[in-house]
Amino acid sequence: MNKEYIHIILADDDEDDRLFFTDAFKELKISTKVNTFNDGVELMNYLNDPEAVLPNVLFLDLNMPKKNGIECLHEIKSNERFNDIAIAIYSTSSSEEDIEETFVSGANIYIKKPSDFTSLKKILSDVVSINWQYHTSGLNKDNFLLRL
Amino acid sequence: MKAFLKFDFNVVTKKLLEEKLDGFGVKYNIVGFGEIEFLEEVKPEKMEEITALLNSYGIEIIENQKSILVQKIKDLITEIVFQENNLNVKSSVYLAEKLNHSYGYLSNLFSEVTYTSIENYIILQKIELAKHLIVNEKLSLTEIAYKLNYSSVAHLSTQFKNTTGITPSAFQRIIEQRRKIANEK
Repeated sequence: MNKEYIHIILADDDEDDRLFFTDAFKELKISTKVNTFNDGVELMNYLNDPEAVLPNVLFLDLNMPKKNGIECLHEIKSNERFNDIAIAIYSTSSSEEDIEETFVSGANIYIKKPSDFTSLKKILSDVVSINWQYHTSGLNKDNFLLRL
Repeated sequence: MKAFLKFDFNVVTKKLLEEKLDGFGVKYNIVGFGEIEFLEEVKPEKMEEITALLNSYGIEIIENQKSILVQKIKDLITEIVFQENNLNVKSSVYLAEKLNHSYGYLSNLFSEVTYTSIENYIILQKIELAKHLIVNEKLSLTEIAYKLNYSSVAHLSTQFKNTTGITPSAFQRIIEQRRKIANEK
């Protein structure tokens, strides 16, 4: 029953960022399975399919065409089927107000996009490792807030 | 209308196990938190049924020896964190004595299986308890620092911020706002 890998979904319109992320995940100790989507509409189409395998962690870029990260966050939070997904927002903004607002809207993790690969790897490793503890140690997910 | 609940996981788990296992008509003995001894031979088919039913409640039967030991470490850590009085002994010494292994062995095994260190796991558990006390018991940081054996409020606040990236007061504000929104719906 214990899934030995973490299923991750990433929605980001920037191709370089997507590559950056998937490469960083490949180098982590925890095995992960990563799916990527190019925008919010593609992402929501996937998630809304009742047959879809839901991710453990979903990384949402805030600025995406067609449907942005906040819109996706609201849609996901209004559907009980997605209750178990930990949501990580990442953005270039570090305004305190933006950050608190995304947490209030139901995000679990807020990541300020790092500029170099080493910091990204460190951040993703922290996210995945802490999420793993929530996943395997029965911690209360309602209190799962993490800012990196 | 909404009601906020507080759980005693020990009681919940024990009652649930008793109800479900009684339903299977097997003789058993709940040895401690997270350990059951079957007092008779359980047929593999029946064991499968029991496993499947328990899984549906988020309870898993651990088969591998390493995972069992890691679970024992986690249970002891929960015990250490949740008890009111200071242990007066370092947690590393306590774990090593209770589990009859060197701390070095336990610590390597723990990191290998859980992807985090025992030290970080203890901090994570303490901060989780602090969160619970902030949100559900409405305790002040001074009271929480005292309860969780922090030397000062500043030490608790710093560790909270280092672990979660946000301050205890921001955490409280966010959870309160979330509840307000949920209540308005």
